[in-house]
Amino acid sequence: MYDFQYHRPASLADAAKLLQSAGDDGKLMAGGQTLIPTLKQRLAQPSAVIDLGGIKDLAGIKVDGNAVMIGALTTHSTVASSKDVAGKIKALAQLAEGIGDRQVRHCGTIGGSIANNDPAADYPAAVLALNATITTNQRKIAADEFFKGLFETALKPGEIITSVSFPVPEKAAYVKFPNPASRYAIVGVFVARFGSGGTGGGVRVAVTGAGQGGVFRAHKIEEALSKNFSAKAIEGLHPPASSLNGDIHASAEYRSHLIGVMAKRAVAAAG
Amino acid sequence: MPTVNLTVNGKAVSANVEARTLLVNLIREQLGLTGTHVGCDTSQCGACVVHVDGKSVKACTMLAVQANGSKVTTIEGLANGDKLHPMQEAFREHHGLQCGFCTPGMVMSAVCLAKGHPNLTEKEVREGLEGNICRCTGYHNIVQAVLAGAKAMGG
Amino acid sequence: MAPNDVGSTGIGASVRRREDRRFLTGRGTYTDDINRPNQTYAWILRSPHAHAAIKSIDTTAAKGAPGVVAVFTGAELGKFGMPCGWLVTGKNNTPMVEPKHPALAEGKVRHVGDPVAVVIAETKSQARDAAEKINVDYAPLPAIMDMKAALKGGGTPVHDAAASNLCFDWELGDKAAVGAAFTKAAHVTKLDLVNNRLVPNAMEPRAAIGDFDRATGEHTLYTTSQNPHVIRLLMGAFVLGIPEHKLRVVAPDVGGGFGSKIYHYAEEAIVTWAAKEIGRPVKWTAERSEAFISDAHGRDHITHVELAMDKDGKFLALRCETLANMGAYLSTFAPCIPTYLHGTLLAGNYATPAIHTNVKAVFTNTVPVDAYRGAGRPEATFQIERLIDKAARELKMDPAELRRRNFIKPSQFPYQTPVALVYDTGNYDATLDQVLKLSDAAGYEKRKAESKARGKLRGRGLASYIEACGIAPSNVVGSLGARAGLYEAATVRVNPTGNVTVFTGSHSHGQGHETTFAQVVSDMLGIPMDQVEISHGDTNRVPFGMGTYGSRSLAVGGTAIVKAIDKIVAKGKKIAAHMLEAAEADIEFKNGKFQVAGTDKSKAFGEIALAAYVPHKYPLDTVEPGLDETAFYDPKNFTFPAGAYVCEVEVDPETGVVEVQSFATADDFGKIVNPMIVEGQVHGGLVQGIGQALLETCVYDKDGQLQSGSYMDYTMPRADDVPSFKVAHSVTACTHNPLGVKGCGEAGAIGAPPTVINAIIDALSEFGVTHIDMPATPNRVWKAIQDAKAGRH
Repeated sequence: MYDFQYHRPASLADAAKLLQSAGDDGKLMAGGQTLIPTLKQRLAQPSAVIDLGGIKDLAGIKVDGNAVMIGALTTHSTVASSKDVAGKIKALAQLAEGIGDRQVRHCGTIGGSIANNDPAADYPAAVLALNATITTNQRKIAADEFFKGLFETALKPGEIITSVSFPVPEKAAYVKFPNPASRYAIVGVFVARFGSGGTGGGVRVAVTGAGQGGVFRAHKIEEALSKNFSAKAIEGLHPPASSLNGDIHASAEYRSHLIGVMAKRAVAAAG
Repeated sequence: MPTVNLTVNGKAVSANVEARTLLVNLIREQLGLTGTHVGCDTSQCGACVVHVDGKSVKACTMLAVQANGSKVTTIEGLANGDKLHPMQEAFREHHGLQCGFCTPGMVMSAVCLAKGHPNLTEKEVREGLEGNICRCTGYHNIVQAVLAGAKAMGG
Repeated sequence: MAPNDVGSTGIGASVRRREDRRFLTGRGTYTDDINRPNQTYAWILRSPHAHAAIKSIDTTAAKGAPGVVAVFTGAELGKFGMPCGWLVTGKNNTPMVEPKHPALAEGKVRHVGDPVAVVIAETKSQARDAAEKINVDYAPLPAIMDMKAALKGGGTPVHDAAASNLCFDWELGDKAAVGAAFTKAAHVTKLDLVNNRLVPNAMEPRAAIGDFDRATGEHTLYTTSQNPHVIRLLMGAFVLGIPEHKLRVVAPDVGGGFGSKIYHYAEEAIVTWAAKEIGRPVKWTAERSEAFISDAHGRDHITHVELAMDKDGKFLALRCETLANMGAYLSTFAPCIPTYLHGTLLAGNYATPAIHTNVKAVFTNTVPVDAYRGAGRPEATFQIERLIDKAARELKMDPAELRRRNFIKPSQFPYQTPVALVYDTGNYDATLDQVLKLSDAAGYEKRKAESKARGKLRGRGLASYIEACGIAPSNVVGSLGARAGLYEAATVRVNPTGNVTVFTGSHSHGQGHETTFAQVVSDMLGIPMDQVEISHGDTNRVPFGMGTYGSRSLAVGGTAIVKAIDKIVAKGKKIAAHMLEAAEADIEFKNGKFQVAGTDKSKAFGEIALAAYVPHKYPLDTVEPGLDETAFYDPKNFTFPAGAYVCEVEVDPETGVVEVQSFATADDFGKIVNPMIVEGQVHGGLVQGIGQALLETCVYDKDGQLQSGSYMDYTMPRADDVPSFKVAHSVTACTHNPLGVKGCGEAGAIGAPPTVINAIIDALSEFGVTHIDMPATPNRVWKAIQDAKAGRH
């Protein structure tokens, strides 16, 4: 990798300042599990890397009323093994348990994953399907407003994710069809049903790994499930291949088909 | 150049590194602990796995400066003098290695996986080792070794 | 244990490996672990284009970059051509086209990854930083990618010397007899197959360190090689012009090879030459992504194969047309893989009376292709065993029965095949019976029903295989175009106090020779194993060696050790006869003792050793002092390991995901020295074979860019992709080596691919699917089901 200035601020305010002063070439680093491989391949050349790992209060899990709040620097393994997460949103713990491998999960963080918005990452599906709220050092952003396209988010320059708050659904499940080589999602479908008393009620379904523009909501599947929450109700429903990615592992047609299958399996798993 | 202070295999070490120096480069090149290997450049193979503060991590996917202040254990620090760690002994007993290149990372991952879990199942071992690639053994004997090693560690 | 009791460590015992302690404690010494004083680091700039003319190279900025010691290009290193070690002669006595393979590109690049320049700097990062400052002006040319299109010619060929990109057009067998047999066949089965290109992916990336001693004029090359003497010969004599006595090649601990570390690579010559040029050691270590575009690949055949049978399913004739991809240049042994290691194996385990094969080798703008675990034999086995399976389906016969009906029977050995080889021994029914039992053939229908209840399709696949290993008689391979002998050498040095150092030309890079060879020596000399040291991998220590590949180490290298021990024992008898005042003919050597037959008069091995080095009471007029013997062993024939495999798979019809549920093997490797190590070799081979069948492949786009160029896209089998295995053996001892061994290193990789694919076809047969290409990825399986349902097959 190219060399860079390394900073490890102890506070969020210092991190924001450093990010500001680094200008366009500054990069935030959380767990580094995506950034470091990118740097190793010389696909990015930041002038400065600002390591958020020194900011202690960014990690942690809190149950707050009918929501689970996860600090941006909480690792995947912490989420996967959290009793609070498992008790409230088991699907989220299971999703975290399926990211990368154990070593990656010991380092990788939810904040890093979401800020990067890799189209094949798992967390964006949970954020979108669970209608999470992303809190930054500047504001709160609704999930539907957050993901803007491949590797693009609503985050502004200088903005740092501090936590993600997930409303507790009545039922939820995430089913992933992993890329056999990288283990990223070829298709991952997160299905969540909220009771009428929750955040507006209804069913939200988010798909990762397949969309040309990154994670997206499968509205037709949502509508069908809202009327009848069963795998049968969505038989044959899947987004058209024309809107999906194809690569050497899975054609767009195959991905389209898989979305339907994974969605059905997620509904079945959600119970 | 940034300075990093670490405890490696129980010994305090200090080194000046470029910010871009990976933990694995510090370990191999500056500390001369060449048991930790590099088998890929995309953070997949796991030949570089070490323990940082007790957890298995890929030393090729962590900057040396990130590990500042941490306790690092490498494969060289696992045995107690001449007495092999129970997981090392299990790999030997069950022929869980051939060329030996993936072995240090495999053993370090296995130790972390088995900690607190003496009664792992075959499925748990296979899934728990998904971040470590071996080209020689076909995994059969590695799985046997980890099951036995976990038992011998007693959790 | 009595001092000479080697029962627990002798031949046949699963002795735990002696090399493990150093590997398990991080104290192995691989090439990249070695650092030489004042060492520099090399970074190779590689072509980003598959096919392009180089108009100019400007290295000015790179030469001025921080830390840079030197920059070299084809201007300095293009004059060195990498040699090919095997000349294949095609039809009409036409020799293969053998284009120059420059160490650094000269005027043209021919594959993505073709080395163009080398930067040598104080650190690896500086070398890589500076390499980005080299300005190469390329004029891209259309890439020659598709073998069939390549042979039609047109456009700029890969090499001017081969206008239609044909390297050779080779045939073997009696074409007329085959043609006649086909005309009277009751049934003909035909199949088109692709044997997918694989990347060997030994976990240790290649590395090389060049060092030059100005005082002695000696070059040293540390390298990740399976055969350091072969590298010394090729690089010294044919590339750099360095005589052997001034060139030392060391292959220390090597982290896997699988064929990919047989060959002499340009980087070895570059660092060796550059170390002298700049007066400092030069180290180069490949990145994994670099390995993908610079290590020789494996397989990559397109084949049409046909089988003629009579009305009872008896094989009458087989014919096979293959296109074999050579890649952009001829790697060291590339031409012999699709010919002498493939065409000659087309009889398989069967008494097919007539066989003809034609192989066209083609240049393309891809990484060179050479031997990878199995090398030619997996391709042959895949063709035969897929074809027989298809034939059994067409004839509605039990695939085991069809095989049985055509097996070469034990009474037929030695068996002359119609494709040159003479099989010495075997019992194919025995391994088939064994594997059917081991895999619980009887319980299959019940398991299939259970799978079905879970919505899964279960399939069961069977394949037999044979391989020619232990290569090879030198006079035979010499007549077939090999430019080297294929013997092996060993020195057994008995030290004065009776312990033994063995120097072997075989090289261990995972096979456990330090254990297996020591078992043989310990067993034969009757001394404890810890009195035996095995030394390998250094041309300055070992007399000579052809190295380790083709499952030859024990059969050829081990036999060389046995021959050297025979000489030791013969000499020991002379010494003992003198000391015991008996006739030499009356001395027998047993359990570590030289004994006068029928008496209790004896001398221990250690006493004889001491006498040889302290020859006070010694037959000096007839016997030299010392006890140190070297043997070169050239095998009389290939060895022929064979076996039968069964696997069961479950297919998820909704997603196309295939899971290998069980895998059972029955191999005949001849006699076995260390069953634990042999089983480990089988396991490893199986997973490489399952990897080929289900996961691994090289995908190039039409412009010659490698799409599967890292572990992000090239699917390496992981622990959760495969099951545990059931492994069994039966033994017919090899008839022409003293150990009776045949070799076990490649079997799994040869037998597994057709076994897995046959199982998948069995599972999908209800849809009418008759064939699927490897790797049978979920997408491919799903599409095959869709196409079959839609009547598109």
